Amino acid sequence: MSENRYELNKNLAQMLKGGVIMDVTTPEQARIAQEAGACAVMALERIPADIRAAGGVSRMSDPKMIKGIQEAVTIPVMAKCRIGHFVEAQILEAIEIDYIDESEVLSPADDIYHIDKTKFKVPFVCGARDLGEALRRIEEGASMIRTKGEPGTGDVVQAVRHMRAMNSEIRRIVGMAEDEIYEAAKQLQVPVELVRYVHENGKLPVVNFAAGGVATPADAALMMQLGAEGVFVGSGIFKSGNPAKRAAAIVKAVTNYQDAKLIAELSEDLGEAMVGINESEIEILMAERGK
Amino acid sequence: MKIGILALQGAFAEHEASLDKLHIPHFEIRQADDLQDDMDGLIIPGGESTVMGKLLKELSLYEPLKAKIEAGLPVFGTCAGLLLLAKDIDGEDALGFRTMNITARRNAYGRQLGSFFVEEDFKGIGTVGMTFIRAPYIESVGDGVDVLATCDGKIVVARQGKQLVTAFHPELTEDVKIHQYFVDMISEN
Repeated sequence: MSENRYELNKNLAQMLKGGVIMDVTTPEQARIAQEAGACAVMALERIPADIRAAGGVSRMSDPKMIKGIQEAVTIPVMAKCRIGHFVEAQILEAIEIDYIDESEVLSPADDIYHIDKTKFKVPFVCGARDLGEALRRIEEGASMIRTKGEPGTGDVVQAVRHMRAMNSEIRRIVGMAEDEIYEAAKQLQVPVELVRYVHENGKLPVVNFAAGGVATPADAALMMQLGAEGVFVGSGIFKSGNPAKRAAAIVKAVTNYQDAKLIAELSEDLGEAMVGINESEIEILMAERGK
Repeated sequence: MKIGILALQGAFAEHEASLDKLHIPHFEIRQADDLQDDMDGLIIPGGESTVMGKLLKELSLYEPLKAKIEAGLPVFGTCAGLLLLAKDIDGEDALGFRTMNITARRNAYGRQLGSFFVEEDFKGIGTVGMTFIRAPYIESVGDGVDVLATCDGKIVVARQGKQLVTAFHPELTEDVKIHQYFVDMISEN
């Protein structure tokens, strides 16, 4: 991937900032999401809550289904491939997907290596629980980062934990003396240049979204106040009582994340929220996949 | 001078950084209350035009901003901002202010694989870097519209009175010449 292409891919993530990216499984859902104000959609066969319920191996979606969604909307369309499954990524690139999510939501295809994302022209977003994971994915070529959270639970606790962990490590790096950066790079298992970028700029070199467990306008605003630059909502929308209304409310809560009065209004009469599972009740922690 | 930046979604922070380099004061517009400040110019940033178009209406910003633009408030739209000012977007109902006499084509270069960077001439400025991200272009312009730049024969910058639009993202490059051009547009009278 040329330097130029990587810049363009980071730039697309910049255009998504302040927005909500929604999981959709059909062209109809994609249209609902776009009309509700989604800045992009994630095309997948089953939303994380159903993947979790079904068990078994979960893989990249049928390209035909993804193409149907690409035709249904004008906003960017993303799709997931398994961690390390570079052929699934090649397929997604071949159908001109706008962003690939190398995602822990699917069953990992490689328990050691992530995809060498520098070999691709299309951009990648990857999940991270902390600064080390984020910078390792960026070194591999990711042009956007999101917290892993715990997908398909409707429980925001892990997304909060991951965002707080990342921000607190960034603050620690910012406060370091120049000669301490080398040791930090060793501890984080990342190149010193990336640590120096964080030291000088106080942020990741790419856009950072929140994901995993966001179910309400308040959850979305919480993640924004904690420093997320935008929000992914997966199961939270189409597993709820009134998807179109909830989706539109979450979009507005992200734009005006500091206006509690408005978020109070947005939170009224949304119908039933996704039921959700507490992180202590689940058997598979997807966030443990791919470090 | 003070410039309002529409901050509903997209790359508004990048425009703020560009204006900071020029030492021009600015503020964010996220809801109707934000319009109480005096404003000498308005920037509509890149992002998703469908998101901004919807939020403009639902957050009660559409009518007051449209009235200001029609009354001559200088406005600068980049990428999605261009689509929100275009009178027509071919093949669909334009969802924005429709104050500029141009016909635009959405996602004219295709998906992200079609995004690109070039250097081209900008009338009155010279050569500038142009970053196109899933960009539109202008198919045709009507009366009173000047074409300020083209790329491969397609119109990518146009001006009509105090309205300026670019199909690409000046806010993504270090160069602030186009922002300076907009600031000069505000000053000239």
